[in-house]
Amino acid sequence: MGLLDAKFENSNIIITSMDSLLNWARLSSIWGMQFGLACCAIEMMATGASHYDLDRFGTFFRGTPRQSDVMIVAGTVTLKMAERIKVLYDQMSEPRYVISMGSCSNCGGPYWEHGYHVLKGVDRIIPVDVFVPGCPPRPEALMEGLIKLQEKIRHESLAKRKSA
Amino acid sequence: MIPQEIHSALQQKFPDAVLDAKLDGVIDPFIKIVPHRIKDIALFLRDDERMLFDSLMCLSGIDYTGGKLGVVYHLNSTKWNHKIVLKAEVTADNAHCQSVEAVWKTANWHEREAFDMYGVVFDGHPDLRRILMPDDWDGYPLRKDYQVPEYYHGMKVPY
Repeated sequence: MGLLDAKFENSNIIITSMDSLLNWARLSSIWGMQFGLACCAIEMMATGASHYDLDRFGTFFRGTPRQSDVMIVAGTVTLKMAERIKVLYDQMSEPRYVISMGSCSNCGGPYWEHGYHVLKGVDRIIPVDVFVPGCPPRPEALMEGLIKLQEKIRHESLAKRKSA
Repeated sequence: MIPQEIHSALQQKFPDAVLDAKLDGVIDPFIKIVPHRIKDIALFLRDDERMLFDSLMCLSGIDYTGGKLGVVYHLNSTKWNHKIVLKAEVTADNAHCQSVEAVWKTANWHEREAFDMYGVVFDGHPDLRRILMPDDWDGYPLRKDYQVPEYYHGMKVPY
């Protein structure tokens, strides 16, 4: 965990670094933006529902980008939607993270060659922290993506911001 | 009614508007008609007691290549349980077709889609604008000679 760097027996004092405390708080409550684009969103909903239960990771979905920490780009990013995604991303407050879920938002997916209307990878407009492969990814894969993001947050530092 | 009867009834009513037809050996028998008379024909097919085509199941655009575009209407009568397909052909230079929005409300979005993808202009449509692509998109993507743009609003389009 990195939290309990030192513990004094029989007292209420915990000593830790600011970095690990903040990182622990952040990685334990990654609120997602309630936002789906295509069939990947169905898997994302399944992951959020009781069977897979994203709440275990402290993740649940918020209806506004202003209350969200992570944007899970779940589905095909059309050029028409891409501009709106950029606006939503700009409305999220720092620290903010992006998970690109599924082949479509990773690289265009099945539309990579003839998709005149599809952006070939959401990383062309916003920085992506974790790419989850699959078409669509199973809930386990999305959960692993979230855990990877948690690992990434755990090694952040206040002094050295993540390169975005 | 069988397709042959529908065809002869149409020929009788609209001798100048009905072109040829293919009624045998295809899954969906079709009748070719001229694009600027489609509304009258549609009204007749919808309201005539023998026809009663109350449902426009689908309205599609087609690029036949060589500058020829088409509009295809799949009709169904829920009362008589018969079907017919109408085909109207237009040229890419003068892609104008009568709207059937006033006959079947279903046609509203279908015609907007055919306009969006093929550039067929439906005269008489109350709100003919793009339905899928962004409003400022150039060109009609499903035409065979369509070239994908290099950039859209600063975003690279090809892979």
